[in-house]
Amino acid sequence: MTELPLIGGAPVAVEPHLAGAKIGVVTFPGTLDDRDAARAVRLAGGTAVALWHADTHLADVDAVVIPGGFSYGDYLRAGAISRFAPLMSRIIDAANSDAKLPVLGICNGFQILTESHLLPGSMIKNDHLKFLCRDQVLRVENNNTLWTSDYEAGQEITVPLKNQDGQYIADDKTLDALEAEGRVVFRYVGWNPNGSRRDIAGISNAAGNVVGLMPHPEHAVEPGFGPESNAGTDGLGFFTSVLNKIVGGAQ
Amino acid sequence: MTTSAETVGKKFNIDTVENAAKTPDTELPWAELGLKQNEFDEVVKVLGRRPTGAELAMYSVMWSEHCSYKSSKNHLRQFGEKVTEEMKKDMLVGIGENAGVTNLGDGWAVTFKIESHNSPSFVEPYQGAATGIGGIVRDIISMGARPVAVMDPLRFGAIDHPDTARVMHGAVAGIGGYGNSLGLPNIGGEMVFDSVYQGNPLVNALAVGVMRHEDIRLANASGKGNKVVLFGARTGGDGIGGASVLASESFDDTKPSKRPAVQVGDPFAEKVLIECCLELFKGSLVEGIQDLGAAGISCATSELASNGDGGMQVELTSVLLRDPTLTPGEILMSESQERMMAVVTPENIAAFEAVMDKWAVEYSWLGEVTDTGRLIITWEGEVIVDVDPRTVAHDGPVYDRPFARPSWQDSVQADTFTGSVQDAGRPSTSGELAAAITELIASPNMCSKAWITKQYDRYVGGNTAMAFPDDAGVVRVDEETGLGVALATDANGRYTYLDPYHGAQLALAEAYRNVATSGAVPMAVSDCLNFGSPEDPDVMWQLAESIRGLSDACMELGVPVTGGNVSLYNQTGTVPIHPSPVVAVLGKLDDVARRTPSGWKEDGQAIYLLGTTAAELDGSEWSNLRGHLGGLPPKVDLSLERQLGEILINASRDGMIDAAHDLSEGGLAAALVESALRYGVGARIALEELLERDGVDLFTALFSESQGRAIVSVPRSEEVRFKDMCTARGFAHLRIGVVDAAGGKLEINGVDELSLDALNEAHEATLPKYFG
Repeated sequence: MTELPLIGGAPVAVEPHLAGAKIGVVTFPGTLDDRDAARAVRLAGGTAVALWHADTHLADVDAVVIPGGFSYGDYLRAGAISRFAPLMSRIIDAANSDAKLPVLGICNGFQILTESHLLPGSMIKNDHLKFLCRDQVLRVENNNTLWTSDYEAGQEITVPLKNQDGQYIADDKTLDALEAEGRVVFRYVGWNPNGSRRDIAGISNAAGNVVGLMPHPEHAVEPGFGPESNAGTDGLGFFTSVLNKIVGGAQ
Repeated sequence: MTTSAETVGKKFNIDTVENAAKTPDTELPWAELGLKQNEFDEVVKVLGRRPTGAELAMYSVMWSEHCSYKSSKNHLRQFGEKVTEEMKKDMLVGIGENAGVTNLGDGWAVTFKIESHNSPSFVEPYQGAATGIGGIVRDIISMGARPVAVMDPLRFGAIDHPDTARVMHGAVAGIGGYGNSLGLPNIGGEMVFDSVYQGNPLVNALAVGVMRHEDIRLANASGKGNKVVLFGARTGGDGIGGASVLASESFDDTKPSKRPAVQVGDPFAEKVLIECCLELFKGSLVEGIQDLGAAGISCATSELASNGDGGMQVELTSVLLRDPTLTPGEILMSESQERMMAVVTPENIAAFEAVMDKWAVEYSWLGEVTDTGRLIITWEGEVIVDVDPRTVAHDGPVYDRPFARPSWQDSVQADTFTGSVQDAGRPSTSGELAAAITELIASPNMCSKAWITKQYDRYVGGNTAMAFPDDAGVVRVDEETGLGVALATDANGRYTYLDPYHGAQLALAEAYRNVATSGAVPMAVSDCLNFGSPEDPDVMWQLAESIRGLSDACMELGVPVTGGNVSLYNQTGTVPIHPSPVVAVLGKLDDVARRTPSGWKEDGQAIYLLGTTAAELDGSEWSNLRGHLGGLPPKVDLSLERQLGEILINASRDGMIDAAHDLSEGGLAAALVESALRYGVGARIALEELLERDGVDLFTALFSESQGRAIVSVPRSEEVRFKDMCTARGFAHLRIGVVDAAGGKLEINGVDELSLDALNEAHEATLPKYFG
């Protein structure tokens, strides 16, 4: 049977010289946006490597994306079961090591990162209690992370948002620390779609190699298949940022 | 993991075949299980003895209306008969399998089907709607395809009825909760409010999947000695319905007395099942596969066996259970979700088990394929079912139900809107017409459906090229070539009530037009026929006429029906719903990049109206707003629809149009507003020439629902070419205006200016007002 994620050879790579960089995309049972994340890596010019939650090694990838979905059905609490996957232990170790493995958690991936304590805080049900799918404007508050360096500081980008449990919460002390250290990476602009504290859409760890956000940059990488504004490719910068960093660092 | 320990040694008073032969006079609860006297007699005749309790359970569910199509079968035949060789050309799998399969070219195939989950969605809206999505998605997997999108045509009671919010909230949350968790984009659907659906909401669900030709799988059990395996969720007591009367099988009366008749869904289990099945297909590890839906194991075993070599032996105590107290009959009837049955060769057993273990999916080997022509089911080795599987799956009763044109039909058709009491004070001044347009686009059936669609993930998969509110949902199939499919579903219960034959044709015409409007070539049809009780000759006439009309129209448009579903008994007391044949049309786009959206964008583009307008207000949304239903629906002209379709498809392919929107419910007024609000780009419209040409007044031009029409926006550089094409084809076309990007308003000569902000507010406010 032909591989049917429907991701064939794909259109032109943006930065062909980046193809040597390998970005792992993790699949848990119930992960939904893994093929989309892999496509985004490819469209950004990199090489996507499929990682399975039960793997016990990271296959020499240069960075990891934990994509969106409903891993383990969000049962118990979003991300609460996935965080115990064998591969997560490797990812946590590698992210905290001197090598500072770049890790991006999108939506359910963000939830898994907070459950793993790679990022502080937590996500609860949207304040309006419904699943919400919309094109969301975000402001890039910090372009010094490994995943945001191709954006301008303060740049506004539009990417899809789609989740049920997207309300970011943390205690005030944590929030104050995040603000003070410049670790609030993205903020919702125009309208806070889920009641997140201080309009926070995404944050990073102190070193800036681990970033998590609720909206979906991997769904804004190809004209005609993403948001209707700005050609719908505002999300590509996440992937080119890390790929440029990896390739630059290797030179 | 081959047997389920907890079931072994269970103390049931098992009614074996041997026992049944010895005790011919034992009273059986066949009536409580829904069988009629003649049907029970037929079972006895087929078997040559009384059925066992387990056999009775199987026959009763498989011979039910839902599974056997006994009232509609004689009429449904027309879908298979009214088909030309040309229509069969691209049909790889036709009616009768889990879903039909259509050739897309380049080695790709697409499978799609629409089904109802109406009554469960009334009883328990969230789970009813959720499992409706789950069931139709499993039909698609069963064909060997990867599901790629879903759609949900919904019909509810009156918007202001207190119970409507219960059903609406539950159904939408259920469809979202299940579909979103499967990673399937929801690309469109319908939303209708009408008090006729108050006690009988219609929750239909469509799923579409794609595959390579070589991956098509069928539901049959072939190859003597091949193993039969059940995998996925465990079997529980949900969805059993009438089977509780079989509790007489059990000595133990402490079990729960009232089991839920509505199934409970677990979308996570289904998502894992999808990936797991695709891995099985990839490794060619299954010979035949069947999902478990209505009638559960009864259906899967009898259908697999009768479609294959004709024999199967199954040990029922091997079924993994959620509830160890289930009786054999209940296990056979359970409609627990997220289960599949497959046939596996002995040499593939280890590889099959490896896939199950990888995805942590539970499975149990139940038995094997035989060449005896019998379906034998045992309980701890004792035979409790010994039947010819064809008699269960295919040779159920078929009824020629009496039908006759209702006595009231003539008077309904004679009661036209024009001149009726409700037509008094018809809007005519510029102010009244502006108010009428605003009222229309804020009305329950014409208002924005964003309240619903924003609860659905439209992006997942990364292949959604178009979704609601455009005319059709468009999904890319092949990333290298851009090959894709377009889908639309439509029905108009009001039209069909006025004239079932033409009403069904109008549903097809609209879905066909929607698909063509997106730029896709219509290829195939799936239908969900929602009607009242077939035992009412009036309803039976509506059903017969609708099927006759739809099958005639499919033949004329050259699009075959590849599958579907019939939902009967949608009525409260003696009051049936409007006959509601929901028609889904699937089309093909060689490159989804060429799809045509419904909204205007570029300033200065010319807006053309294709087709002509007659005074056709009967059954219209305007007459609905005024509380009138009578007369005859708009005239159907299928050759005109075909010509219009060709123009829209060619214009899209050759880059002659940038936007297109079909005219249907709400007529030109609704289409103009929707095209303007799509991207917040207005237009200046002048209809004087149209009024002159078609001999209608401005109100009629705006609100009539004449068929075979669409509006398109044409770049100035393409105008000559576009007009020449329409002229060459002899198709009515008229320049009615120009796109005005800066104005922020919709200006129609003779109508007070409509600001887009005000229109948008009116359009968007309705659903939040009623549903929060």
